[in-house]
Amino acid sequence: MSDDHVYMTLAEGHEDDSRWAYGTGFEDPLHGVDTTVPEGVDAGRLAADCVALADDALVSAQRLAEWTTRAPELEEEVALANIGLDLLGQARLLYARAGQVDGTGRDEDAYAYFRDAEDFRNVRLAELPCGDFAFSIVRLLVLSSWRLAHFEQLSAHPDPVLAAIAAKGVKELTYHRQYAAEWAVRLGDGTEESRRRTRTAMEQVAPYLGELFTAYDVRGEVVAVLRQVTEAAGLPMPVYRPLPGAGRAGERTEHLAPLLAELQSVARAHPGATW
Amino acid sequence: MTTTHSTEVPLQELQQQFDTTIARDQRVEPRDWMPDGYRKTLVRQIAQHAHSEIIGMQPEGEWITRAPSLRRKAILFAKVQDEAGHGLYLYSAAETLGADRADLTERLIEGRQKYSSIFNYPTPTFADVGVIGWFVDGAAICNQVPLCRSSYGPYARAMVRICKEESFHQRQGYELLMTMMRGTEAQRAMVQDSVNRWWWPSLMMFGPPDGDSPNSAASMAWKIKRHSNDELRQRFVDMTVPQAEKLGVTLPDPDLRWNEERGSNDFGTPDWEELKRVISGGGPCNAERVERRRSAHEEGAWVREAATAHAAKQAARAREGATAS
Repeated sequence: MSDDHVYMTLAEGHEDDSRWAYGTGFEDPLHGVDTTVPEGVDAGRLAADCVALADDALVSAQRLAEWTTRAPELEEEVALANIGLDLLGQARLLYARAGQVDGTGRDEDAYAYFRDAEDFRNVRLAELPCGDFAFSIVRLLVLSSWRLAHFEQLSAHPDPVLAAIAAKGVKELTYHRQYAAEWAVRLGDGTEESRRRTRTAMEQVAPYLGELFTAYDVRGEVVAVLRQVTEAAGLPMPVYRPLPGAGRAGERTEHLAPLLAELQSVARAHPGATW
Repeated sequence: MTTTHSTEVPLQELQQQFDTTIARDQRVEPRDWMPDGYRKTLVRQIAQHAHSEIIGMQPEGEWITRAPSLRRKAILFAKVQDEAGHGLYLYSAAETLGADRADLTERLIEGRQKYSSIFNYPTPTFADVGVIGWFVDGAAICNQVPLCRSSYGPYARAMVRICKEESFHQRQGYELLMTMMRGTEAQRAMVQDSVNRWWWPSLMMFGPPDGDSPNSAASMAWKIKRHSNDELRQRFVDMTVPQAEKLGVTLPDPDLRWNEERGSNDFGTPDWEELKRVISGGGPCNAERVERRRSAHEEGAWVREAATAHAAKQAARAREGATAS
């Protein structure tokens, strides 16, 4: 019957899977792009920058994935997954770029699945457990504001590939920040309980702000966003009291290793397998 | 709700208009008069379908954080997100019949409304992600494509969109299995093991045999449903057999063979006692599926309350602002 056409033709014509399955047939996500590192750009530094930004995105996406089937409302299921998918997409492009310029030719999975916690360079805020919805929202607000401000800078980067990845990311991060800001205001203004939880989340996030501002010169933009949101929510600004050390320098909390153990479990259990 | 027009138009005439709409294969829309039984049947079916989408996120959702490549992670994450989206369309379609999403959710977590029995089976390996795509989404497509012509407009329209996405998911599942079958011996064994576990439960997705399906007759007459359970099950078997051959797996049914005379495959009888057991709560994962949904709902209560309180405060502030000026 014609109405089951899609199912009936499943076993036919597998040469064109890329038409059907999202992500298939794109072994190299930067295919067709001129990947030469421009003169004057330090390839080692560029690769390290890409890996650090990819690690932030991958670890954040992993935490957002943990909300799946646990979100407070179906609309939030969809939105948190959407943000997680955007970040996962950013991570993939950035790893691909790193693999091209660091001389190893590694693919995205080599970075994600076959490095250990001490090799990751994400900021520590990204790896903290999900906490409650208030913590996840406040963290998302901080990280998306920070990343957005930095991506705006990067969209003028001398490496055209990183610049293009950043320009694409700006659109996504603008939405992430908007989503988080709206929820932060709702929660801050909502009920006694939501206000208490949001205030606690602000306090928990505060010690991790320092390393964000050391990494990139975007403190002014992030503080401006936080001020605007806390004012609208009727919340106090988080007190700036930076924790020593930095994820960018390879210092980790105890939470990254278990996160990676889960993320890497299947890939590492089946050496030589193809997925 | 069904009596809103009856002060002006006699019931008999309304019934006649409704019957004509059905007979002419036209669509019934939310504002049209409809018999109570039709409305109830639809709410029950659409709610069960919506619940199935939401509970159905769990078996595969387990694997998002562990997917073995970033590409598979993205595919799976997006698929499970689609299911949340399907749940939303369907709850919205149920709301056009006067149902309330919050109330339907309560019914689900209190066990007063059901969802597809298939989601009460566990997903112990990553191959299950592929086999669910191939079998479960495939069976869902067989069941749901005819629903795109269902007599109730909002349901039919939601199904068009859902079926497009389901067919995409099914392709992705089958493509994962093709890739795994080209991989290591351990991967091929993983796929076969998963096929063995999911085949019979997938055949049960079409419901009990026609002789034992209490709600089918009315649904067929009202054109909510277009084909019988057994018809759809046969169609699924016939379509799946060549796909299994191409993939290189064996379907675990010694009675499965081509019947030249019928132009169809003969196949064994699913264990209907198992289906009854799983439907009535005795499947391997019934308790944990509902419990997860319940805890997500309960843990999210303070968030939903905060959103409501904020909206009320905003409205009050707007009113005060208006009065002040």
